[in-house]
Amino acid sequence: MLLIYLSSGLFLGWSLGANDAANIFGTAVGTKMVRFKTAAIICGVFIIIGAVVGGAGTTHTLGKLGAVNAIAGAFMVATAAGVTVFWMTKLKMPVSTSQAIVGAIIGWNLFTGSPTDYDSLKKIIFTWIFCPILAALFSMVLFSVVRFIMNRTRMHLLTVDKYTRIGLIIVGAFGAYSLGANNIANVMGVFVPVAPFDDLNVANLFILTGTQQLFFLGGLAIAIGAYTYSRRVMETVGGNLLKLSPETALIIVLAQALVLFVFSSQGLEQWLISHGLPAFPLVPVSSSQAVIGAIIGVGIIKGIRGLKYHTLGGIAIGWVTTPLVACVITFISLFFLQNVFNQQVSQNMSYLMDNVRLIVETLYATSLHKFPI
Amino acid sequence: MAILFKTNKQLESHIEEFLNSVSEGAIVFEQGVKCYIENDSENFSAHLKNINELENKADDLRRTIESMLYTHTLIPEHRGDVLGLLENTDNVIDTMKETLYQFDIETPDIPNALEKDFLNLTSVSIKSAEMLVHAIRAFFVEARAVKDHLHKVLFFENEADRIGNNLKRKVFQMDLDLSKKIHLRYFTLHIQNVSDRAEEVADRLAIYTIKRTI
Repeated sequence: MLLIYLSSGLFLGWSLGANDAANIFGTAVGTKMVRFKTAAIICGVFIIIGAVVGGAGTTHTLGKLGAVNAIAGAFMVATAAGVTVFWMTKLKMPVSTSQAIVGAIIGWNLFTGSPTDYDSLKKIIFTWIFCPILAALFSMVLFSVVRFIMNRTRMHLLTVDKYTRIGLIIVGAFGAYSLGANNIANVMGVFVPVAPFDDLNVANLFILTGTQQLFFLGGLAIAIGAYTYSRRVMETVGGNLLKLSPETALIIVLAQALVLFVFSSQGLEQWLISHGLPAFPLVPVSSSQAVIGAIIGVGIIKGIRGLKYHTLGGIAIGWVTTPLVACVITFISLFFLQNVFNQQVSQNMSYLMDNVRLIVETLYATSLHKFPI
Repeated sequence: MAILFKTNKQLESHIEEFLNSVSEGAIVFEQGVKCYIENDSENFSAHLKNINELENKADDLRRTIESMLYTHTLIPEHRGDVLGLLENTDNVIDTMKETLYQFDIETPDIPNALEKDFLNLTSVSIKSAEMLVHAIRAFFVEARAVKDHLHKVLFFENEADRIGNNLKRKVFQMDLDLSKKIHLRYFTLHIQNVSDRAEEVADRLAIYTIKRTI
């Protein structure tokens, strides 16, 4: 039964791997700098490591937005997010898993009468807007530095090719790690409060917590998505859509990886806070939007005119439409799951608001009362 | 990965050797024409043999480079350009070899009054090829410097045209049989062809360099 409930999250992970792995290794594979198998294996391994080691930060933020506390509810939240991504992709609308899952969680909050933490929501929305801007800034700086170095060193074309290949693999691994760390919350975040896993001692070497086991499964799903289905996406991205040179691709992947990293690293957050600096919020962001931001950054430095404003407009529309669609789908499907299939989609909750302890009995029965069949 | 690095090194040295062959070919060509004009048949034959070997070597190297680039999928973004570059540069040394062979086969009778002009034309024409080799070397290691050499290729090509036209004018003003005049005109054109081929490569190289600069 558990696996059936988890299947929606695993499917979401699979589709995320199938789509987003191309953001990391697309140009490298499309331009034949790295073989697909090499790319897929590196991608898979580092996504799993990123998910297990660094996935807690963004998951915590999503948890604060709304703690889905019944596994059937979590199942439906992940399903609704998955359906939203699938549907909007079919309609060729810009879509991101991060935005879909946030909409779906808010849908659950609304359905179950749970409060939405508006501070977290504000933080999340601000991060979505800031993400492509930061990616553009990173890529502008990186591009300028790389161009400066390449113009001042006499490197043979073949030596550049060699370093670019190594760079694409290393940066790709870092990008995969960051993707795993940042986006695992989208895939498995909603299952964290309801995961029934006990701590697992792995050969007396280290202990995997229940959450980490869940992240491992999610990471595995993303990795399988990357391995089984991202080839065509990679070849499309590398060969047709973006037409980036391998050197520029390296810069763009690095900029994207850095953005995903700064929005998911608890270590960096603590370091910044300990030095009295403002920390980056730990929020799942869209790797595709980071890539678009990074490409625009390089375009600005290169002085390319005629930015495709409809692409930018598409991103902005996606910030609104994706969560909205996911929210509505979640709300409606939770209604059916609860009232038609008699599944418990939420449990008793107690909230601490200011100094008043407010016990809100949003029981299964309460929900039934609100939405009678 | 280690194999890839070794292949890279081998390929770098093959490209160097190829360019050396073209550069040496230009010197041998100039020496060959000089020996022909000075009636030094022994050295002329030696230069003819030498340029033939250099041209064959350049052909072999070009094929090896092509095969290595595609077998090991190296520089996927630029290999089409590099191949185009090498194939067209190969035409330059081919033209030099063909011209020297034509001297050997057709033995044109060059009047003493025109010897200096023919030597001058050869010297300027091969300078264009030499500058091209410099530009190609720069393309591989320092793309920004390519244009510093390219404009010299174009300069020497124009200069070769100017000297060639003057030479042809002189030929047709001389009191010679028309057949001789036409024969000498052909040899002027053959020598000019070297700088024309170099100019063709230079035009391609200018575009490849824009693509190469990030």
